[in-house]
Amino acid sequence: MSTLLEVSNLNVSIDDKHILHDVSMQINEGEAHVLMGPNGAGKSTLGYALMGNPQYTIESGKIVFAGSDITSESPDKRAKAGMFLSFQTPLEVPGLTVESFLRSALEQRTGKRIKLFDFKKKLAAAMELLQLDPSYAKRDLNVGFSGGEKKKTEILQLLMFRPKLAILDETDSGLDVDAVRLVSNGIKTYLEEENGALLVITHSTRILDAFDIDKTHVIVDGHVVADGDASMVDDINENGYEKYIEMAGK
Amino acid sequence: MKEKSQVESIDRNMYDFRNEDRDNYKLNAGLTEEIVDKISKEKNDPAWMNLFRLQSLQIYNRMSVPNWGPPIDGLDMDNIVTYVRPNTKMSAKWSDVPDEIKDTFERLGIPQAERKSLAGVGAQYDSELVYHNVREEVAAMGVVYTDLESAMHGEYADMIRSHFMKLVKPTDHKFAALHGAVWSGGSFVYVPPHVKVEIPLQSYFRLNSPGAGQFEHTLIIVDEGADLHFIEGCSAPKYNVANLHAGCVELFVGKNARLRYSTIENWSKNMYNLNTKRATVEEGGTMEWVSGSFGSHVSYLYPMTILKGKNSRMEFTGITFAGKGQNLDTGAKVVHIGENTSSYINTKSISKDGGISTFRSSVIVGKNAHKSKAAVSCQSLMLDDISRSDTIPAMDIRTGDADVGHEARIGRISDDAVFYLMSRGISEEDARAMIVGGFADNVSKELPLEYAVEMNNLIRLEMKGAIG
Repeated sequence: MSTLLEVSNLNVSIDDKHILHDVSMQINEGEAHVLMGPNGAGKSTLGYALMGNPQYTIESGKIVFAGSDITSESPDKRAKAGMFLSFQTPLEVPGLTVESFLRSALEQRTGKRIKLFDFKKKLAAAMELLQLDPSYAKRDLNVGFSGGEKKKTEILQLLMFRPKLAILDETDSGLDVDAVRLVSNGIKTYLEEENGALLVITHSTRILDAFDIDKTHVIVDGHVVADGDASMVDDINENGYEKYIEMAGK
Repeated sequence: MKEKSQVESIDRNMYDFRNEDRDNYKLNAGLTEEIVDKISKEKNDPAWMNLFRLQSLQIYNRMSVPNWGPPIDGLDMDNIVTYVRPNTKMSAKWSDVPDEIKDTFERLGIPQAERKSLAGVGAQYDSELVYHNVREEVAAMGVVYTDLESAMHGEYADMIRSHFMKLVKPTDHKFAALHGAVWSGGSFVYVPPHVKVEIPLQSYFRLNSPGAGQFEHTLIIVDEGADLHFIEGCSAPKYNVANLHAGCVELFVGKNARLRYSTIENWSKNMYNLNTKRATVEEGGTMEWVSGSFGSHVSYLYPMTILKGKNSRMEFTGITFAGKGQNLDTGAKVVHIGENTSSYINTKSISKDGGISTFRSSVIVGKNAHKSKAAVSCQSLMLDDISRSDTIPAMDIRTGDADVGHEARIGRISDDAVFYLMSRGISEEDARAMIVGGFADNVSKELPLEYAVEMNNLIRLEMKGAIG
């Protein structure tokens, strides 16, 4: 399997505060990785840094994605290269409907005009899978959506854009059981149909039941302190992060 | 988001144009009776109109320029006559039209043939034919839709005489007086009782008459129970050699009648736009304004509605976009006179590249306007640190049982929202344009489709190069 994402010795700061220290990680095509760690460890920062949020400064290190060095590329270029970030707190854009946003984004990603009929069909299917009411297509993006609806709308975008790598930042947090199931279905569909790769940022494990985990990374205080297989998730579930926090202390 | 705050009455004198006559002497050098007479003759005015013009001229010479709004120093008031010389001087060469405007025509997709006429340099085009067809269609319903000059001589002469500048009097302010003296061109619409005009009437087709669009007068009378949507202007930039626009719009909405008046003004960026618009609404009538202000160097524009009859209502939806070198002072006024009247003023303003956008609102609820409702909402978006946005609301409430609310918000484009859209593959420029377009969406929604498309294009165009 070939390498999709290669992060080497990444150091990231925000407002002169050093958050990530020498983070390295490799994700191959089609692999599902989990990034775990206590609150404030820097999990979301890694997601933002990978996606290119300009508020985060990359001090040193390198991000190679799909064969190109994207360390200093803008977020839209990274998206076009096939990277996707499901936001923990999706933003609201008044006056921009879900439908017109998705269509514009798709056209920009592909550089081609998309036939309205094809688009509508694809959108309807994806919305049905997530049990999002069709009327939401006409609503302003995330405006007045509940927490669960916002997360579903993130997964709706995942299904429409079909990226190579999806970074899911706390996608399951704040969701009830039914919503977790629907969101998981969406992710499964993406994995199956697209052979997509995943980097799941979470501190719960509910969403992890939906697919097989290839690798687990534990991050504490901005350092990746351990890499392992799926069994690490169970270990953390039973014993918590104590062991890893000690490792970081050394 | 919807919280209301009760705002106490603020000095409403700021809306009054009347000033001391200190510029009297100086201005006499400008416009003379001779010139006004000449305009009057060329227009073949009836005697009353000739007199009206001369009286307006006297008022004009007596009054001072307003001193409370954006500076209008760029107007050569000593030599006002250069702005009002009859039509021959107004036509220009296509080669004189600024590239910026030609470029905008291109990007808005305005047909080649219409560009010259829109820029005020062309002769009559095919659009005249369209105009005639529309006119015939509505004439079959008894609707009068014609130019004001010819209406003064026909069947409706008395109606014009009893309405012309009765709502906006020449004494209102200096530029209303100027308008009264030198007005030229414009539309007259009369909708007879209970006639409902299905298609919107558009003055777009009439813009190409020489000199129109500078001192044009629009007079619309919608009689009892009738219904009309009138659209004035278009989103293509309008270029005039003379950079003063002092138009006047008077709208009379009869009992249980409804008038929707939509306008997009996009003047060239050297224009001083000092426009006066006013409507009066009888019992149970409805006045709806949709107003887009783009372009111009300086604008003073505050359409006013007088809710005279009980249960009458008005809604004002407006957007103002102030870019580099622009100082746009816009807003709306409403006077509640009748019982149980209601008004809703909803505006958005955008400023960028050092543009200044000021929103003024004035709500007056008279002592007999019991149980009236007035709500004002104003949202401003500043696209950078060098632009300005101000809100100046005024309220004068004279009855204890009115429900009055005001809400103002000034904001910026959120960097997080830009990042969010960019993370989906949308370029920074487009992400910003989408956010601004979304901000303007409630105005676009009120416009007929082709205008909404043009307005969105215009916003996109204004946003180009916004990223430095």
